[in-house]
Amino acid sequence: MTRQSRLHIPVSSARPGERPDFSYLQVSPAGAVARPSIDAEAGSIQDLAHTLIRVLDETHHAVGPWDPALSADVLRSGLRYMLLTRLFDNRMLKSQRQGKISFYVQSTGEEAVAVAGTMALNTGDMLFPSYRQQGAFLVRGSSMVDLMCQLLSNTRDMCKGRQLPVCYFSVAGNIAAISANLATQFPQAVGWAMAAAIKSSDDVAVSWTGEGSTAEADFHQAVLFASVYRAPVILNVVNNQWAISTFQGFAGGECLSFAARGPGYGLASLRVDGNDFLAVHAATTWAAARARAGVGATLIELVTYRAGAHSTSDDPARYRPVDEHRSWPLGDPIERLKQHLMVLGEWSEDRHAKLTEELEADINAAWKEAVSYGTQSEGPRLNTDLMFDDVYKDLPPNLLLQRDQLRKMRS
Amino acid sequence: MAQMTMTQSLNSALNLCLEKDPGVVVLGEDVGFFGGVFRVTDGLQAKYGEHRVLDTPISEGGIIAAAIGMALNGLRPVVEIQFADYIYPGYDQIVSELARIRYRSGGAFNAPVTIRAPCGGGIRGGQTHSQSPEAIFAHICGIKVVMPSNPYDAKGLLIAAIEDDDPVLFLEPKRLYNGPFDGDPGKPSVAWNGHPKGEVPEGHYTVPIGSAEIVRTGAQVTIISYGTMVHVVEAAARSLNVDAEIIDVRSMVPLDVETLCASVDKTGRCLIAHEATRFGGFGAELMATIQERCFWNLEAPIERVCGWDTPYPHAFEWDYFPGKDRVVVALKTMLGLP
Ligand SMILES: Cc1ncc(C[n+]2csc(CCOP(=O)(O)OP(=O)(O)O)c2C)c(N)n1
Repeated sequence: MTRQSRLHIPVSSARPGERPDFSYLQVSPAGAVARPSIDAEAGSIQDLAHTLIRVLDETHHAVGPWDPALSADVLRSGLRYMLLTRLFDNRMLKSQRQGKISFYVQSTGEEAVAVAGTMALNTGDMLFPSYRQQGAFLVRGSSMVDLMCQLLSNTRDMCKGRQLPVCYFSVAGNIAAISANLATQFPQAVGWAMAAAIKSSDDVAVSWTGEGSTAEADFHQAVLFASVYRAPVILNVVNNQWAISTFQGFAGGECLSFAARGPGYGLASLRVDGNDFLAVHAATTWAAARARAGVGATLIELVTYRAGAHSTSDDPARYRPVDEHRSWPLGDPIERLKQHLMVLGEWSEDRHAKLTEELEADINAAWKEAVSYGTQSEGPRLNTDLMFDDVYKDLPPNLLLQRDQLRKMRS
Repeated sequence: MAQMTMTQSLNSALNLCLEKDPGVVVLGEDVGFFGGVFRVTDGLQAKYGEHRVLDTPISEGGIIAAAIGMALNGLRPVVEIQFADYIYPGYDQIVSELARIRYRSGGAFNAPVTIRAPCGGGIRGGQTHSQSPEAIFAHICGIKVVMPSNPYDAKGLLIAAIEDDDPVLFLEPKRLYNGPFDGDPGKPSVAWNGHPKGEVPEGHYTVPIGSAEIVRTGAQVTIISYGTMVHVVEAAARSLNVDAEIIDVRSMVPLDVETLCASVDKTGRCLIAHEATRFGGFGAELMATIQERCFWNLEAPIERVCGWDTPYPHAFEWDYFPGKDRVVVALKTMLGLP
């Protein structure tokens, strides 16, 4: 091996200590991208996989054909959910640092993805989120106490103490149980949608996966099945630029967008400013209408930035400039929607401060209640018998025996 | 000799192999610039470059398949699977391809791939960061399976694995990366520093694959274990003051049957302990082998202490983990102690 390697190695645009550089990101001006009819042939709208659908312009006005023309009430509700998601994340991060919960994942900087995406759907539509779409649970009405009890693995934990924090679900809210194994639920969402079509229902399935996770075979299985059967499904790729320490180039984002994977499979594909609440809402609405009309599935790339650490086990200062998020060209989703509402005369700094205070109080009250059901170190604990339930519907002999053994040891 | 943690000794093994053989390449998720989520590959990319220590897409199937292809083209790839729990997307490539290339080609081809994967619990990782999948690989003919329990063995075994012409699954009990662990989560964590097996030569050496180690000689009972559980059974035997012979299997495939059976023939009693689930676990193979070979010398039924037959539950980590108490109960039963 005396000769030089000719392998191409993707290199991220900035490492610690270097100047952030997002020049690789092509940003279309707000309003510049056409909005086709929902029954457009996938082959005729391939350009939408390469441009960037944006609605909010630099002056915070909503412009162009993708403006979903939402009422001020809906916009305020979106702002509320995004802010709630962020404040909830901040508080849970603190709880993790205090040792109350073992692990946490923030969605800071990408709240619009889950919040706008979920708000644009019908409540009967089934969601298959990854671990970074907590906003979907808040929009779908999960109580914060319930979410916190899952994080605490306490006596009210919906997962009965079995899952890593953030692997929530919501039966009432039609949200599947989150798996920590990457991308596994992307093709499952397609199957759910196929079943909806088989049953002739109007429900749509929606999944989200990180751009890094698109490398898994599951991603390709999902887009293929979605395309072959024209399943009523929306497949979201959340391109937040980083997959732990590897930048999106390692998932193949160096030359073409992630949305560009779709046309090759015959899928309608949209590339969207993921920090633009209105654009995410509009794109999801378009894809849901297309799915419900029986035209087929849509792949949506949501371009955003993971402003926080990957998880509480991660230290991004080791692999990217600490202040990189400040240079992110698409800004902050909460700030942008807030400015938009203010430009409309429907919001003010004052109201924002009040809302923040109110939400923080709600979160603190919920936390107080949640810890009263136990933490990992204090208070009531789950009965260890529960460990053996739900492996199967009924306990087989080996588990009955093992449950007895543990009972004897504990008594 | 130097004092090393298991992370450091693994890093040292990789470093030496990369230095010695230009065909050795390291690849996996976050292993390059970042140095791995457990820091085992720390500094290697800076030293050997991005063409020999490669960050990869998040695709375990792709990583293992690519490693097989590289091996077929003369390289000696060392793959890191970030957690053993995430090895399954690569399972087909391991079972149907990697393990069988030599056999199905009549010996014409081989793929010397080493797959490293952190395994085991004890770090609050829940069901997706705690599994011990050795049995489902030991069942596959054509791939060797090893698991060290200390820094010295880790380095020697990893070098042996990389230099081996057969594929090797190298399981790393992650709870032991920074120190031995006797199974009591309440105690402050202990460092490898000062532990005899934390003394590691800086240079090249191997621990042969296929050899078990007698960690402690004894006459009353043979305790067979591996990985994290080696330290737990030691603590249990000590607390009961039992004269146990403790054996670290180290290599599940190939298995050092002679060492195991010679010990059981001598003591007449055998306890097997592993963290993985009991049903169909590797302990069953150990038990069957010993029963076949040592039946006439056995004075009591062989016992197993294992993880329960459930996924690894986050909130019940220490009720699930086959800790000292459970080993003690089993020893008492076997030895008729009060
Ligand atoms: C099958 C599998 N392989 C590896 C991991 C470990 N892992 C957890 S998150 C992650 C990075 C995911 O990045 P991305 O898909 O971009 O999503 P993000 O975390 O950025 O939202 C990795 C490698 C896993 N959970 N599952």
